[in-house]
Amino acid sequence: MIKITIDQKTVSVPRGTTILEAAEKAGIDIPTLCHMKLHDMNIENKPGGCRICVVEVNGRRNLTPSCCTEVEEGMMINTHSMRVINARRTVLELILSDHPAECLTCAKSGDCELQRMAHRLGIREIHCKGEQSAYRIDNSPAIIRDPDKCIMCRRCEMMCNEVQTVGVLSAVHRGFNSVVSPAFEKDLMHSECTFCGQCLAVCPTGALTEVDETTSVVRAISDREKVVVVQTAPAVRAALGEEFGYQAGTVVTGKMVAALRRLGFNYVFDTDFAADLTIMEEGTELLQRLNAFLKGDKSVKLPILTSCCPAWVKFFEHQFPELIDIPSTARSPQQMFGSIAKTYLAEKLGVDRKNMIVVSIMPCVAKKYERGRDEFYVDGNPDVDIVLTTRELAHLIKLCNIDLTTLPEEDFDEPLGQSTGAGVLFGTTGGVIEAAVRTAYEIQTGKALPRINFEELRGMEGFRKAIVDFDGLELNIGIAHGLGNARKLLEDIEQGKSHFHAIEIMSCPGGCIGGGGQPYHHGNADILMKRQHALYTEDELKVIRKSHENPDILKLYAEFLGKPLSEKSHKLLHTNYFNRKAE
Amino acid sequence: MTKTQLSEPAEILVKSICARYKNDEHELINILHELQHELGHLPAELQSAVAHELHIPVSKIYGVVSFYSFFTMLPKGKYQISVCLGTACYVRGGELVLEEFKRRLNIKTGETTKDGVFSLSCIRCVGACGLAPVVTIGEKVYGRVSPQQVRRIIDEYLMLEEG
Repeated sequence: MIKITIDQKTVSVPRGTTILEAAEKAGIDIPTLCHMKLHDMNIENKPGGCRICVVEVNGRRNLTPSCCTEVEEGMMINTHSMRVINARRTVLELILSDHPAECLTCAKSGDCELQRMAHRLGIREIHCKGEQSAYRIDNSPAIIRDPDKCIMCRRCEMMCNEVQTVGVLSAVHRGFNSVVSPAFEKDLMHSECTFCGQCLAVCPTGALTEVDETTSVVRAISDREKVVVVQTAPAVRAALGEEFGYQAGTVVTGKMVAALRRLGFNYVFDTDFAADLTIMEEGTELLQRLNAFLKGDKSVKLPILTSCCPAWVKFFEHQFPELIDIPSTARSPQQMFGSIAKTYLAEKLGVDRKNMIVVSIMPCVAKKYERGRDEFYVDGNPDVDIVLTTRELAHLIKLCNIDLTTLPEEDFDEPLGQSTGAGVLFGTTGGVIEAAVRTAYEIQTGKALPRINFEELRGMEGFRKAIVDFDGLELNIGIAHGLGNARKLLEDIEQGKSHFHAIEIMSCPGGCIGGGGQPYHHGNADILMKRQHALYTEDELKVIRKSHENPDILKLYAEFLGKPLSEKSHKLLHTNYFNRKAE
Repeated sequence: MTKTQLSEPAEILVKSICARYKNDEHELINILHELQHELGHLPAELQSAVAHELHIPVSKIYGVVSFYSFFTMLPKGKYQISVCLGTACYVRGGELVLEEFKRRLNIKTGETTKDGVFSLSCIRCVGACGLAPVVTIGEKVYGRVSPQQVRRIIDEYLMLEEG
């Protein structure tokens, strides 16, 4: 242990601890800007670039960046001397001198770490005037890049390269001209970007934001000709409350439904219903492939990979096109919902699909890209018209003068609103495969599950494996979240080293609870744990917890689809993938 | 950006140079050096080919190529004009000379004229400060260059071209 003194407080910390971490232990909150650490998830960004976290160390001539300086025995550290505060302010003023003063109209206003830092350090005037960056704004269907607002913290680059291994964003050029950009200054839309949104989930400023579609929703609702239907993804209910002052991990399902109804949606439905439907299709596909494989059919490929996550789909289309016949052909719950809403529901309501607007509330920005894929259009009309993130929904609720906290708890509408505990689990890593196992087990064995919770599939480790006993048949299950972990699994499959029967992959660390469209965690991984816990609790509270027991799903098959993997199911609920390597 | 395929000889060259460095990403700068020496410049499709060989994202390679002024993505002209902007040359008007070259050739620093005859770059000190401001074209050194002389220097090479 190493003993040091910080602001007259003495602390003992293990060798290798940084001054910043030691200060945290001593209850001293040194301001940081580029640094970000997601504890327990092995994600850290410390380029030591911004110099906001400098401190004064006795006996050292220069100020020291605390985020990347390790403690030494007997160090005497001052985190708030006049010299330190002056240096911090100068550094911030220099950053601000090349930052557009657009706070009033910036999409990140109120949630911006740079703005907060300026406030915290009491910046009242920017003494340095100099050249201003003037980059082109990069508009994609999901993410907007405004490099003028980039402060080169390089968090996005770290997420894109180290965590997701997508490798689209990199620091390019040098000196004043350096900026984070795709290769050759291409647009994100013409790069291998998966739109996972983890870059914007960690961006401290408004340099990376989602495409804001709240106004389109207000316009759609105001149009009396249109029937406007909304679906809400499982992870949204576990995070929306945070935008209204609730503790992380508070589930606000009922209040969210009430708010959506007050916003004027004609029908408030649940993506969890579509998640149950996904399980019926994907679970049946799994069993079909598994049983054929066990019978020795060499044409059948295992493992089967989940396909709910649009960023993951785009990732393997770009990076592993030779494996595109391995993932399940099942569409994501968002797209299944859209497809069923504009056929089954539209028929029931006697509405033409062109007069129905399907809005999704998603924890995700990739869903904005997914809804626009060509294969999800029928005669020029999309299955899903508009996608809002959890953050956008919070803005919309506030825009429409609704106080979420005072609303009663209400239920989803019929017939696409009923869901099971299994559907809820889709929002967390391990959840899709647990839901699939619950259903596949009972179908395969013809027996009731001896237990409903599969603890062995749960957790936060980036890559997990488990063996599930299907009444004598051992099923090898793999789970990965974060595309870097997914890449390792895919490389094993490519090299024939994988022995899994089924693998669940979610692009975002933590799964959808950590999605790019969720309220900003600002580097606090604890929030993700609480959201995950909230979903497991929501599952426990459900009366029905297995997808194949959802009465409305059974009715949908009886009235409309026939059975899982039927011709109609294939047409409406399945898809195919494309080799995007050449792009 | 227009998508062009890398020519077959260039592709073979990329493969052989990368292989000589055992496709080790830590040798990226050496690999890029050799490729530029052989081909004169490092176009986007060449960088993509290197990315493929080394199994690293092309954005990372572009990051390196765009960082070092030595690397260029544009083909160099037949005559490479370098204007020195080292301290001595700078204070004696090197920048005015550079501006005049830019104006007369109608290109920016780092670019090549459309006919491929001239390319223009600025350099930092060639060790001939007594001759400041200095311009080099290929191996030839011009000392005490004034903006008024620029036209004559350009004409010298244009005449060579016309033969």
